[in-house]
Amino acid sequence: MKYYLAHITITLRKAILDVQGKTVENALHSLHMPALSNVRIGKHIELDVHAPDKETAQDLVEDACRKLLANLVMEDFSVDILEPRKNGQMKQ
Amino acid sequence: MKIGVITFPGSNCDADARYAATVSGHQAVQVWHKDEAIPSGAEVIILPGGFSYGDYLRTGAIARFSPIMKDVIRFANEGGLVIGICNGFQILCESGLLPGALIRNENLQFVCKDVLLRVENTNTPFTSACHGLMRIPVAHGEGRYIAPPEVLERLEAQHQVVFRYVNDVGEATQDSNPNGSLNNIAGIINEGGNVLGMMPHPERAIEPVLGSSDGMVVFESLSMHVQRAIETIT
Repeated sequence: MKYYLAHITITLRKAILDVQGKTVENALHSLHMPALSNVRIGKHIELDVHAPDKETAQDLVEDACRKLLANLVMEDFSVDILEPRKNGQMKQ
Repeated sequence: MKIGVITFPGSNCDADARYAATVSGHQAVQVWHKDEAIPSGAEVIILPGGFSYGDYLRTGAIARFSPIMKDVIRFANEGGLVIGICNGFQILCESGLLPGALIRNENLQFVCKDVLLRVENTNTPFTSACHGLMRIPVAHGEGRYIAPPEVLERLEAQHQVVFRYVNDVGEATQDSNPNGSLNNIAGIINEGGNVLGMMPHPERAIEPVLGSSDGMVVFESLSMHVQRAIETIT
């Protein structure tokens, strides 16, 4: 068993107007940065996963996203599992 | 009738809900979120407003897993009457007892004011005493009701939209919508007609001294529902 680090990104679904993103985009434009657009604001969650392999870690975190971390009515999520450190243990 | 009002950590309208139930002639019972069963004999369960679990992660997302919720879901699935007000509505959506979700208000502001509601369906245990427009307060930051287009269509077709934000002549306009909810939706019921979720606070509008007593009709409707049930039996 190893400790993997999971990076989870949760954003509002594309079909839903992200008013925070829109407001920030307008602010960027008012700062003379017209090259920046389509701002989406979401959440970033990090957690450790104790699992035998990367695939299992991915499955465990996706399950957690579906059950609790994201609400699929309004949000999409993506999960990035990072390789464990050489000693097999994440820094506590 | 016996009404159980659940207190979650962070609930702040539970006492108001119990008071409203009591002054409208019902027996109100406090139910702690760590209880595993709703009180015996309770005919209605209210999930009150507030900020359960500090609104961490998403509004209602953690409260939905409180120990009491397992029995609330069983109670609702067996036809028991459940009302979710404000944060309670958010918890009901998170628990899957009601479709859709409540997200940040369109203008990103916390909105705290009286709104006018049109009652779209008086054929429910919660609204049978309603007539005309209701003036009751809202107080929320995450009240924008959303649902996928097919769900929204079904809600409208099956008269599950119970309350809609309107102007003083009863029109559902953009200006009368305090949070950007789709179709000006302020409250819905489930397909079975026994679970109601609403963002406005009827329990805060039960006496003229509070500015309005229009919220009282929700509690009066419950009394009528019981009366009818008794008449049907006898």
